[in-house]
Amino acid sequence: MAFLELNALTKRFGPVTAVDRISFNVEQGSFVSLLGPSGCGKTTTLQMIAGFENVTSGKITLNGRDLAGVPARHRGLGIVFQSYALFMHMTTAENVSFGLEMRGVPGAERKIRVARALDLVHLSHLSDRYPRTMSGGQRQRVALARALVIEPELLLLDEPLSNLDAKLREEMQLELRRIQREAGVTTLMVTHDQAEALALSDRVVVLEKGQVQQEAAPFDVYETPHTAFVSSFIGKSNTLPATLVSGDASGSIVECAGVRLQAGATPLAAGPVQIAIRPERIEVVDDGAVLTGKVSERVFLGNQWLLTVATPVGNLLVLRRNAGRSEADIGDTVGLAFRRVDLRILASSEAAA
Amino acid sequence: MSARTDYRHWALSAPALVLFTTFLLAPLIMTLVLSFRHFDFYGGIDDSVSLASYAEVLGDWYFYEIFGRTFAIALATTVLCVLIGAPASYFLNRMRPGFRSVMILIILGPLLISVVVRTLGWAIILGNRGVINTFLMDLGVIEAPIKMMYTSGGIVLALVHVMVPYMVLAVWAALQRQDPATEAAAESLGASPLTIFRRIVLPQAMPGVLSGSLIVFSLSASAFATPAILGGRRVKVVATSVYDEFMNTLNWPLGAAIAILLMVSIVVVMVAWNRLVEARFGRSYA
Repeated sequence: MAFLELNALTKRFGPVTAVDRISFNVEQGSFVSLLGPSGCGKTTTLQMIAGFENVTSGKITLNGRDLAGVPARHRGLGIVFQSYALFMHMTTAENVSFGLEMRGVPGAERKIRVARALDLVHLSHLSDRYPRTMSGGQRQRVALARALVIEPELLLLDEPLSNLDAKLREEMQLELRRIQREAGVTTLMVTHDQAEALALSDRVVVLEKGQVQQEAAPFDVYETPHTAFVSSFIGKSNTLPATLVSGDASGSIVECAGVRLQAGATPLAAGPVQIAIRPERIEVVDDGAVLTGKVSERVFLGNQWLLTVATPVGNLLVLRRNAGRSEADIGDTVGLAFRRVDLRILASSEAAA
Repeated sequence: MSARTDYRHWALSAPALVLFTTFLLAPLIMTLVLSFRHFDFYGGIDDSVSLASYAEVLGDWYFYEIFGRTFAIALATTVLCVLIGAPASYFLNRMRPGFRSVMILIILGPLLISVVVRTLGWAIILGNRGVINTFLMDLGVIEAPIKMMYTSGGIVLALVHVMVPYMVLAVWAALQRQDPATEAAAESLGASPLTIFRRIVLPQAMPGVLSGSLIVFSLSASAFATPAILGGRRVKVVATSVYDEFMNTLNWPLGAAIAILLMVSIVVVMVAWNRLVEARFGRSYA
């Protein structure tokens, strides 16, 4: 039995189904991300686990305990809110101490535990400051310390890094992972930022329209997306409609806009499918081109070039590492090649629906 | 900063400064000067400087009583406004947006009507032959009318009605600055609804309550129309006695002295109150 189990969890707001029979497990001590675009139901799911939203149907089990009917204040979860939700009229230490006071922890022990929590987030020197006088990153750490000091069975993070600027966000990603490992706390994070989810998590649960699209390790979600949505939402991807001509465990043949291409293995039967390939898996080659096309756009990204190549099957994004020499210019004709396993076959969205 | 930009600052604030000096500072200084003039019932006001008016106010228990009553009325009004206005804003803040707009309109509506009109309305309700007394006597609950007009209680009642919107606005502004997630955060940390209100909501609303109290108190202490209509000649407050000195006794220096003393005492209360608020909340609400 997993530590946290969601079983066919559903939430309806009137006629709208925000969360539709979501099931997944979180193992003890692991870091799991709920990833999806806004409105996919990830925050509602978090709210139900936290106890702020009622469950329409389904079951949440934490450490063998059914959470149905348990009010939020008795669930004992540590929550970091998107806005941090710090108590502005309390100092850092008072903020962190609040949860312990509510648990009736005696003063002396409280002091020790608050000090330990602040030490964990490297904020010991700011324990007497008020939130208003602190930076976004520091407030974030206070919120983390406040959630962790009660030694929660489960830590819930609601878009924890979205209010930080880009540079600080990268720093905090590493910090968050370190703190989570040191505290050894089982963590569920809600985010719309795929980079954040991939960087931090042991497992990623991709949600769309209230349903689980895929649940896997970050590498697998990126490498073997199960649906066209996952493929396009996580990382960049060229997704094209195609027809599966034949396929088996060793590979398959697809036809896309009249062009026959060799693709990876698929369990799908012949018929309409979608094919997807990552921009960084397409090579620009002189010999042995699978497709040829004309460069229609070129963007310099510093460490990479992003090319749009018009080919017979449609426009393809191609990502090239900047190797210190100039790249094919707009109007140039280039040959494109890729390994057949990198051309993935996905169930077409019509067939899936 | 260069002299040139300095000059621009002055130029930009000139219209406001002119307005301020002409219509506030000048009359105030003239009142101050007037309060030091000597007054004689037969000779009128002469140009000599004297402290006679101040001596008269400070040496007469009659004026202490008036000042005492004024501040008691202002204090009672403030306390009642807190008790009514603070919970009202709390509920207002938790309402659905559409419903809330309607409620705000209802609360602010009275501000659109002149204080005099509203107070006359209260006179109709509170009078010996007013709505309440007539109703109670017709029911046979009371024999003789309960005296409500020309009492301090009546003035407080009407002043509360006039002042509550200011309190609601001040507290609501403070509550709006509050992140609603803080209540959820406190709940997740194990706080009961009562604890959340006491430890999280109330402290964050306190600056609003305190600034609202300041507004209500100073406006009530210097209110004229309401005490004039509901207090009449019998229940005098400082503002109405100033009016009497000017318009009836024609002892302008005395009236000016009372006005200055009222202003000074309100300023003292405000500054002291502000100090208290700063000391208590300055750090977290800078």
